[in-house]
Amino acid sequence: MPIRDYYLLSPEISLASIAMAVILLDTVVKRKGLLAIFTLAALALPLAFTISLWGEEGRAFGGLLIVDQFSIFFKFLFLGVTAAVVIASQDSVTNFKRFQGEFYALLLLATSGLMLMSSTGELITIFLALELSTLSAIALVTFFKTDQAVEAGIKYLVLSGISSAMMLYGMALVFGVSGSTRLEEIAQAVGTTRLLDNPALLMGMLLMVAGFGFKISSVPFQMWVPDVYQGAPTSVAAYLSVASKAGGFAVILRVFYVAFAGVSMEWSMLFAVLAVVSMTFGNLIAMFQSNIKRLLAYSTIAHAGYMMVGLAAVAARNPIGEGLGTQGLLFYLTGYAFTNLGAFFVVIAVAQKLKGESIDDFAGLAKRSPLLAGLLALCLISLTGLPPTVGFWAKLYLFSGAVQADLVWLAVAGVLNSAISAYYYLRVVKAMYMSPAASDERLTPSPAISLALLVTTGGVLFFGFAPSYLLDFAVRAARGFPG
Amino acid sequence: MLTAIIFLPIAAAIVLALCARNDKQVKWIALAASLAVLILSLIVWAALDLSNPAPQFVERHSWIPAFSVEYYLGVDGLNAPMLALTGLLGVAAVLISWHQQVRVKEFFFALLALQTGILGVFASLDMMLFFLFWEVELIPMYLLITVWGSGRKEYSAIKFLVYTAASSGLMLAGILVLYFSVGTFDMIALRDTPFTTAVVTSQGVFFLLIAAFAVKLPVWPFHTWLPDAHTDAPTAASVMLAGVMLKMGGYGILRLCVSLFPGVAHDYAWLIATLAVINILFGAVLVFRQKDIKRLIAYSSVSHMGFVLLGVASLNEVGLTGAALQMFTHGTITGLLFMLAGMVYEKAHTRHIPDLGGLAGKMPVLAVAFVIAGLASLGLPAMSGFVAELLVFLGAFGVYREATILAIFGVLLSAGYILWTIQRVFYGPEKPRFAHIGDATKSEILPVAGMIAVIFIVGIYPALVTDTFKAGLAPIVHLLGGGS
Repeated sequence: MPIRDYYLLSPEISLASIAMAVILLDTVVKRKGLLAIFTLAALALPLAFTISLWGEEGRAFGGLLIVDQFSIFFKFLFLGVTAAVVIASQDSVTNFKRFQGEFYALLLLATSGLMLMSSTGELITIFLALELSTLSAIALVTFFKTDQAVEAGIKYLVLSGISSAMMLYGMALVFGVSGSTRLEEIAQAVGTTRLLDNPALLMGMLLMVAGFGFKISSVPFQMWVPDVYQGAPTSVAAYLSVASKAGGFAVILRVFYVAFAGVSMEWSMLFAVLAVVSMTFGNLIAMFQSNIKRLLAYSTIAHAGYMMVGLAAVAARNPIGEGLGTQGLLFYLTGYAFTNLGAFFVVIAVAQKLKGESIDDFAGLAKRSPLLAGLLALCLISLTGLPPTVGFWAKLYLFSGAVQADLVWLAVAGVLNSAISAYYYLRVVKAMYMSPAASDERLTPSPAISLALLVTTGGVLFFGFAPSYLLDFAVRAARGFPG
Repeated sequence: MLTAIIFLPIAAAIVLALCARNDKQVKWIALAASLAVLILSLIVWAALDLSNPAPQFVERHSWIPAFSVEYYLGVDGLNAPMLALTGLLGVAAVLISWHQQVRVKEFFFALLALQTGILGVFASLDMMLFFLFWEVELIPMYLLITVWGSGRKEYSAIKFLVYTAASSGLMLAGILVLYFSVGTFDMIALRDTPFTTAVVTSQGVFFLLIAAFAVKLPVWPFHTWLPDAHTDAPTAASVMLAGVMLKMGGYGILRLCVSLFPGVAHDYAWLIATLAVINILFGAVLVFRQKDIKRLIAYSSVSHMGFVLLGVASLNEVGLTGAALQMFTHGTITGLLFMLAGMVYEKAHTRHIPDLGGLAGKMPVLAVAFVIAGLASLGLPAMSGFVAELLVFLGAFGVYREATILAIFGVLLSAGYILWTIQRVFYGPEKPRFAHIGDATKSEILPVAGMIAVIFIVGIYPALVTDTFKAGLAPIVHLLGGGS
């Protein structure tokens, strides 16, 4: 039934249409501040469609589109992140004379690409969705057109091009082996063969991991992260660190869970190794950063590592049953979204006033703005994984999943890494509370950023005390997952 | 009731952060809250029915159903005295900080938050809740050391944090393995359910758990964070650290390691006894080399915690009771010693022992108190330290004769360093630079007198505490096979 097909796709369609509408509106509206408000208000439309899809299960366009609890969970996540980023970028965008509409439009397009990524079961569609989000993101990264931004944009463009090419090659190999681009049919063709006996399939799988690894910023595909985060507008960096990464994980879960479920033990080991390497690398390098955005960039690499612990746990349960791995990963992604957005938003608020992003600029922040310092401290504690924040529960569930899947060593590696990460997160806290401030001038965050901060840090604390609500949601999403 | 005890400090902290208009109000609110905690915890202890081995004052609510985490609090003979000890030292810590000038509000906030964390650890009967409180206490302690400390405070604070966080990670892994094997976080239920080996053997889980407690207690060779943290922490934080936080380690060993894995504990008691002796002697020998009073007391703590380990290694009723009592008495004695060291430092502006001397003439009250605390620490009869060490030796002698004899040398050494320290600090010729310093003020005498009273009461009538511990340890002793 074609009508129903379009209904199932309605969140993505409406989102893309709003993107067009924003650009059109930009040409007629004089007061550019309205654009942000319009974008925010219009986000209610895809949100409403997503809510109405809540509880639905279905396929559309001959199985290209899959709507299930899992994809709806991600749609909520992406929409929430986008709304928060729109609010937070309002101040920096209004400084532009031109192209304000394009900023919001590109953001919405990137989001619709991500939403599509989370709800498709076919390789070509995955590729298209991924490119839609990546290309929009590249334009966003270069938005300030400073030398640094352009350099970051080119770096992002070239590296994402390489990784896309590798991924396509991998997909082609998988297609060659299985004769299909649909995940379920691939699963049938793959069966439970041993990967080592089938080098073409192994190669295909590895190349696809390379493509997805770029998205989730895992080692060894992390080279772009620090430079891009530093050069991009901070709100875009926040968006990339949270939404883009979540999209990557959604695809990985879907592809590997469905198509390669039969060979899960093999890819479990692959992700376990990548997890340990990523978190150790990220944490060790983060210790030596003096720029807060670079620090957060390396921290995001480390967090990709923690999240891959979840992937390894999902796979190690053989036969795949209802484990804590998927739930833990979904919970982690959401908790991380609240926390990391909060941290980036404080950076935006401070950078707006001080024009600086080095950790020294945060010295004495506790005196100049107790609220901002307190909120950043809260987010950093959550990133470390200490109570009473959502980060504590997120790490807990994720590592429980690993223990449940008999990967105790991996959980131990994760926890030891968290202890290392305390060192550099608390270094920022120490600077804010201990070091003398450069001046005594008070810092007051703008209303827009205050609102964004309220939402994100509120989530960090609320789910720190009452994780059940979010967990139940994640459990539901993971249960509706095929496999 | 228990909820009130645990959350009173943090509630008071929030009240004082939001409402207090000046430093004086902050201090009074903090004092009122910690006094209330002390009184409530004493009431709980007094009302505890010792003939009933089941946990009492139980509060049990489902918290995170999807993960079967419960909000499960309860007291028995093992943790009731520890709660009271925390209450007592909490009051002492507030009184000792009465002259705190720097960032008063934040200081008392951190102190009270710390108290909530420690009380929560002792009162939790759900392992996940236990772990949560175990982690909660990290940040306030880190802040107390790094903001209000002295010397290499930042280094010490981060060392404390990284050591504890890394080791508690191992504990978390152990807890999770237990959970997936047995399907509950309930400590009491776990005690009664035999552990079936999953991917990790029971030995593995035992060592994962004990790793965290060994760092906290601390056990050689994981003790190196302790002298740094104790030395550089502000007095109140040193009191809490030495007085109750180290005891979380001993308590964890008794509550989780020994009671959940009696068999493993039995197999590896020799190892615990060996480490105990190393702790006692190694700590005591290092004390002699210290020139900083606080560092000296810190190393003496390492030595004294060895007695707790030795008591645990005996695995019989007498020895375990001795270990528990040693934790309690060491909390009061070392808490007192740190308070006195802090006062001396505040007045003399140095903790460097060679610079001190002849202080007894200027501060007779402090000198007498220090002598009493020192004598209690070296185990003089009629004071609490004596009873605890005696019980430990009685319990351990039959099982590990050589270890016990070696450990008794530790007592001799401690007599040596305590008396030598007293001599160097308080006696000898008076130094002109200390001509104008005064004795303890009234607000300082009060907590000191209180602690001395507790030391004597427990020393003269130890059954007050030991009966409670015995009742609390009875189920564990039963699991160990009646104390063989």
